[in-house]
Amino acid sequence: MDKFVIIGNGVAAAGCIEGIRSTENEGRITVISEEKHPVYCRPLISYYLEEKTDREKMKYRADGFYESNGCSVIFKKAVSIDKSKRHVILEDGEKVSYTSLCVATGSSPFVPPFEGLDTVKHCFSFMTIDDAEALKKELSKDKDVLIIGAGLIGLKCAEGIGDRAKSVTVCDLAGRILSSILDDDCAAIMQKRLEDSGIAFMLGDSAVKFDGNKAIMKSGKTVKFDILVIAVGVRANSALIRDIGGNVNRGITVDKYGKTSVKNIYAAGDCTECVDYSDGMNKVIAIMPNAYIGGFTAGVNMAGGKTEFANPIPMNSIGFFGIHAMTAGSYDGELFEDRSENTIRRFFTKDGRLIGFMLVGCNERAGIYTSLIRERIPLSTLNFDMLRKTADFTSFSAESRKHVFGGEI
Amino acid sequence: MKRIYVNEEWCLGCHLCEYNCAFANSGLKDMVEALKGKPIFPRIHIEGNEKISYAVSCRHCTDPICVKSCIAGAISNKDGVIVVDKNKCVGCMTCILVCPYGALALNENGVMQKCELCTRNSDGTPACVKGCPNNAIVFEER
Repeated sequence: MDKFVIIGNGVAAAGCIEGIRSTENEGRITVISEEKHPVYCRPLISYYLEEKTDREKMKYRADGFYESNGCSVIFKKAVSIDKSKRHVILEDGEKVSYTSLCVATGSSPFVPPFEGLDTVKHCFSFMTIDDAEALKKELSKDKDVLIIGAGLIGLKCAEGIGDRAKSVTVCDLAGRILSSILDDDCAAIMQKRLEDSGIAFMLGDSAVKFDGNKAIMKSGKTVKFDILVIAVGVRANSALIRDIGGNVNRGITVDKYGKTSVKNIYAAGDCTECVDYSDGMNKVIAIMPNAYIGGFTAGVNMAGGKTEFANPIPMNSIGFFGIHAMTAGSYDGELFEDRSENTIRRFFTKDGRLIGFMLVGCNERAGIYTSLIRERIPLSTLNFDMLRKTADFTSFSAESRKHVFGGEI
Repeated sequence: MKRIYVNEEWCLGCHLCEYNCAFANSGLKDMVEALKGKPIFPRIHIEGNEKISYAVSCRHCTDPICVKSCIAGAISNKDGVIVVDKNKCVGCMTCILVCPYGALALNENGVMQKCELCTRNSDGTPACVKGCPNNAIVFEER
């Protein structure tokens, strides 16, 4: 009987379990989970802080998910893989043998070696439900919060804290917020809404050292705080594969089947890197849809099926205090823009195809655009001038409408 | 599985499907009470221009990317019908970002809603189909 082992218990692992079970029902599945919780919706931790959801609703799958999938969970840390004997070694020395293995270990917060960080009493990361619980416990209306990093994690954390603190200040070395997904103009609209909601920014500036409850900034300014959150970025947890000589760059290298360079070992989710379908570059695309699809793909192939995840692209839907931005793909192409006072639609095309977009304040039916990127649809087959202004199917041919609305898809 | 299909050559663009949908999902018995003077949030919408019109609602795809993408685990496949757990949805709109057909939208409370083929509210025939005066929307196996 096959023994499927998954290291990690996040969404990629859940996808892997469901991928295996979509293909076969005999083999035993063992999940090795460092976090002491059943799979939960990690991106919801800011909504948890904000009390827009709770622990029960945050469960990614219903109670009984593991049992009904013939799956057991070991709540321990995996420390190494023995690829010749085909087993995983756990922190207490226990060995778990596999016929095929999926590494779905996710990523960890990157904490730069700041001078004096050890003198800070209340310092948090914002990656796990335990991080959110610890931060929540420390929050109160008389405390000042400093967040290092104005990316997706830092800003969702700032929104989640909202008025539960006396003040929230976010700093970032980059000159704009969300610098990895937005350009200056789009970022400025989002930043204004965050500022109007009480979040203060120090951009182009960041902490260089700490002294107790004081941060000394690159600019020479000092910032006093009671609570520090470090959200400068994440690193793929790729050591298990690197340690056994598998191919690793910024993440574990996988092909479109989810296979690593090591025999019988697959990988999925935030610990991996793959080819971005929108620009052909190798990168870590740490987003939840890709974690699930990558996990599912690996699972099907581990169980003897054949499927591929051929078109991963970066895509983000992110909102703060009622304003929303959606982005997808890459931006190195010809720019088309439509804007009004509070909205921006930016599209990037290359070789007659849409390769990326940024939408701020206007997100209706944006998936129609995303699909043009993921399916590499030639823009010559539709009316792109119209489609840019309104996402709907009037800009497509009658034939493609008939396909979409007149048959099973 | 039976799904909703549209024929754009027969669609009059009358928008009755939108009203029938909003009414069917209102939980109320009286259409006037349910809809009069209120903004409506139907799960089907008419698209079109001066030449054509047609109704758009969830295609209940065989491989739905919204289910795989939902960051709250709130969208699932129940025997082929793609349904939203409104209790779990946080309104992040990732499903809107990925749906190739533009079939999802927020409801009046900022929570995602979509066509669920009237499985929770009627006798087996979706309200949009029942009320379409020109049979431009049908519910059948294809």
